[in-house]
Amino acid sequence: MKFAVLVFPGSNCDIDAVKAVEDVLQQPVDTVWHTTSDLSEYDCIIVPGGFSYGDYLRCGAMASLSPVMEAVKVEAAKGKFIVGICNGFQILTETGLLPGALRHNDTMQFRCDITPLVVENADTPFTREYSKGDVINIPIAHGEGNYIADEETLARLNSNNQVVFRYHECNPNGSVERIAGICNEAGNVLGMMPHPERAVSDLLGSADGKAFFTSILKAWEARVHDHQRA
Amino acid sequence: MTTNVRNEPTPQQIADEKIYRTFGLTDEEYDKVVQLMGRKPNYVETGIYSVMWSEHCSYKSSRPILKKFPTQAPHVLQGPGENAGIIDIGDNLAVSFKIESHNHPSAIEPYQGAATGVGGIIRDVFTMGARPIALLNSLRFGEIDGADNAHNRYLFGNVVAGIAGYGNCIGIPTVGGEVVFDDRYKYNPLVNAMCVGLLTHDEIAKGTASGVGNPVLAVGARTGRDGIHGATFASTEDPHSKERSAVQVGDPFMEKLLLEACLELIATGAVVGIQDMGAAGLTSSSSEMAARAGSGLELDMLKVPRREEGMTPYELMLSESQERMLVVMEKGKEHIAEEIFRKWNLEATVIGKVTDDGKLRLTEGDEVVAEIEVTTLVDDAPVYHRPSARPAYLDETLSFDPASIALPENFTETLHTLLGTPTIASKEYVYSQYDYMVRTSTVVRPGSDAAVVAIRGTRKALAMSTDGNGRYVYLNPRRGGQHAIAEAARNVVCSGGKPLAVTDCLNYSSPEKPEIFYQFEESCAGMSEACTALATPVISGNVSLYNQTNDLDIYPTPIIGMVGLVEDLDHITTQEFKQAGNRILLVGPSDTAGLGGSEYLRVVHGQIAGDAPALDLNVEKALQTAVLTAIQEGRIRAAHDLAEGGLAVALSESCIGGKLGATIELNSTQRLDEVLFGEAGSRILVEVAPEQLSGVEALFAKAGVSSTVLGTVGGDRLEIRVNGEAVISDAVTHLESTWRGAIPCLMK
Repeated sequence: MKFAVLVFPGSNCDIDAVKAVEDVLQQPVDTVWHTTSDLSEYDCIIVPGGFSYGDYLRCGAMASLSPVMEAVKVEAAKGKFIVGICNGFQILTETGLLPGALRHNDTMQFRCDITPLVVENADTPFTREYSKGDVINIPIAHGEGNYIADEETLARLNSNNQVVFRYHECNPNGSVERIAGICNEAGNVLGMMPHPERAVSDLLGSADGKAFFTSILKAWEARVHDHQRA
Repeated sequence: MTTNVRNEPTPQQIADEKIYRTFGLTDEEYDKVVQLMGRKPNYVETGIYSVMWSEHCSYKSSRPILKKFPTQAPHVLQGPGENAGIIDIGDNLAVSFKIESHNHPSAIEPYQGAATGVGGIIRDVFTMGARPIALLNSLRFGEIDGADNAHNRYLFGNVVAGIAGYGNCIGIPTVGGEVVFDDRYKYNPLVNAMCVGLLTHDEIAKGTASGVGNPVLAVGARTGRDGIHGATFASTEDPHSKERSAVQVGDPFMEKLLLEACLELIATGAVVGIQDMGAAGLTSSSSEMAARAGSGLELDMLKVPRREEGMTPYELMLSESQERMLVVMEKGKEHIAEEIFRKWNLEATVIGKVTDDGKLRLTEGDEVVAEIEVTTLVDDAPVYHRPSARPAYLDETLSFDPASIALPENFTETLHTLLGTPTIASKEYVYSQYDYMVRTSTVVRPGSDAAVVAIRGTRKALAMSTDGNGRYVYLNPRRGGQHAIAEAARNVVCSGGKPLAVTDCLNYSSPEKPEIFYQFEESCAGMSEACTALATPVISGNVSLYNQTNDLDIYPTPIIGMVGLVEDLDHITTQEFKQAGNRILLVGPSDTAGLGGSEYLRVVHGQIAGDAPALDLNVEKALQTAVLTAIQEGRIRAAHDLAEGGLAVALSESCIGGKLGATIELNSTQRLDEVLFGEAGSRILVEVAPEQLSGVEALFAKAGVSSTVLGTVGGDRLEIRVNGEAVISDAVTHLESTWRGAIPCLMK
């Protein structure tokens, strides 16, 4: 399975995502510069955290117009696995690949912590190695992670099981319905503010993010297997 | 030098009208310039001398003292004098680090002042060729309680936000630091930022401009009219009397691009020298690079990329616009820099070349607009041997008699008072705003004694800490200086690291006051003694003087940044108690704690009095060596330095962190408040599994280090009995809510 980690000039969690893929999955992973316009060789594309182009405007607004995001849209439409973490989540909402938006935290402060999340949907390519209702400890580090969507969108997210993670017994940023991560209707595009790539060893304070990565590999293997049978 | 089309004062006018005084040059210094040049300097030359001879750039008051620091050791690869120092940590790996102040700008514009302080120190480290892997800081503010202190809360809140805004964006984790609140800092907050970088021995770059004919490039951001005379401004009293325009504005995204582009450029091997355009911008970077190489530089002002039209050589040379570097490349390899910088959407522009005539020559096309002998800017800068006099206040503070202080009626309440004091209370409000985990190498997060950052691909890690107690230095400058080093090293040891070297940020009031210079001289002497005793040389540093306003001097506050090596990840130790049933030992003398200089005396009794706490450097060295050995042998479960608030506070912190109680039995002939809240050096609390107890005790005894079993971890309460009598008893959760809630409550 081949992974791409996108690199915008202001990405700063790109290396962490690469390390997580290498350490947890031992799968090939490339860093891909933001001017790239073809991502067809990759099975999973990670849009990492950071400050893509400085984000002095709305977070992710400029990145959503970059060449590489056009390529991401193409691969998303093919059903490839797309993961947006933190700034990557912001970019995916700005791109329109995921509904809703991320506003300034309600505290108006950046917040870094290890936060408990509830796995709301364990039937996605990103969570199949968890069980529904699992509480996992995953770090957050963001100033603009306050998820918002209109009522109609929220109702749709809930009825389609698109809310993948919620903050558990806390709400570090004011997100509506404590939403921490969502996927698209097809289930192949996921965005989340918490950082599973920062929770892949006990030394870092939590290893609960490992199953996030193994889920993706298992999902891909299952898909390849199905293709072969068909 | 003859034409003057810019409406600038002529050399004669500068002399006659003493215009140089407005730049901060004294009459004597101006006369020396004239003598060195053999003529009167023109406007831009006067500007250049004034910033290069400012306290900030020349260290003219502090240099004779700084020379006395021990700076040598086999593991020191680069001592003071470069952009940052470098130490060897084995396996061809090296660590570069430095601490720097941004006090004066932060007093005026706290967000940008703090942000650009972080930006500046990061540049100092990556110009050495190092990848920055961690940031730390040390902050001082006035009290933040009550209606009268809204401005202090504003400064505190915005300094923290500024540090967060810069460090979080650039993606370097802010892993540690300290914050102290005392009204001595209410007009002059201290903002000291430290950066630690990692590199291999072959990656070391230097700030030197050698090789006649080699091109000189300005890279990164364009030069604007911001921060002109910032260095001069930082060398004067009362920052509030200055204009806000002397404070620079930071752009962390630009710095991120600059960082990546510079490291990529250095890796090509085509770089001869590289230096940050920090304080005094193009002036100091060009003259210092030339001075180190013994060369000259010729720079064409018309080629300097600028943000606005019409900028004069004076403005270009003195601007402190951020995120700029000066680079000397090998001749013919300019295109390498241009290509790399284009990839990062940055400019790299040839603005001049290296010469062999020892002159800094500035031109506008063919016209020479300034010509100065480089050595006169750097080596001939004035040096002042300031008069020193023992402060009169010492007689009064030393006459303090503990008998004049009443014992608290309820020690549990007193403990709550201390845990709720912002200086002692949890700093989660601060560090939760910093991304301390990015780069996924932070293995001991903020809040323990020292932060620990793992080095990928090895079993090694770096332990790092910033420390300094200005009140101790005020009460006993020499011993206070010793404490600063000893405590920083002790924190590194408690985390499982061997202290290796020091960077210092020396924050004082005006050196022109003999009593202040005495504090400076004596505390530096104390630091030197401790550095020698603990084998931790000074490899870099910074001096910030004139931290005074309206006759209110800050406490003399040397801040120490200590870096140590954790040989194996298994040695990493934290301060929180781990398991019920484990035994708690106090390692170090059990009877030296006193009230002098203590946080207890200040908070509960409102007194800054007594002598600085006891400290014996031989005892300290033996203690640190023994505790580190015990940690490395896997015998210690938790270790915590006893600092502000003494034994009772340290026990509380270890209980709170571990969500475990403790039962303590003490015997002492001392006053109860001395036993519980008194402060002294050379004391570490350790947690030991019962089966390890006899071995650990034997280890300490063999090392000649005293240790006392205090009690046992367990339950959900902290119970302290002294001489059989219960003196403190409370639920850990109750202590925790006081400790954790204090700062958020004040900042609401």
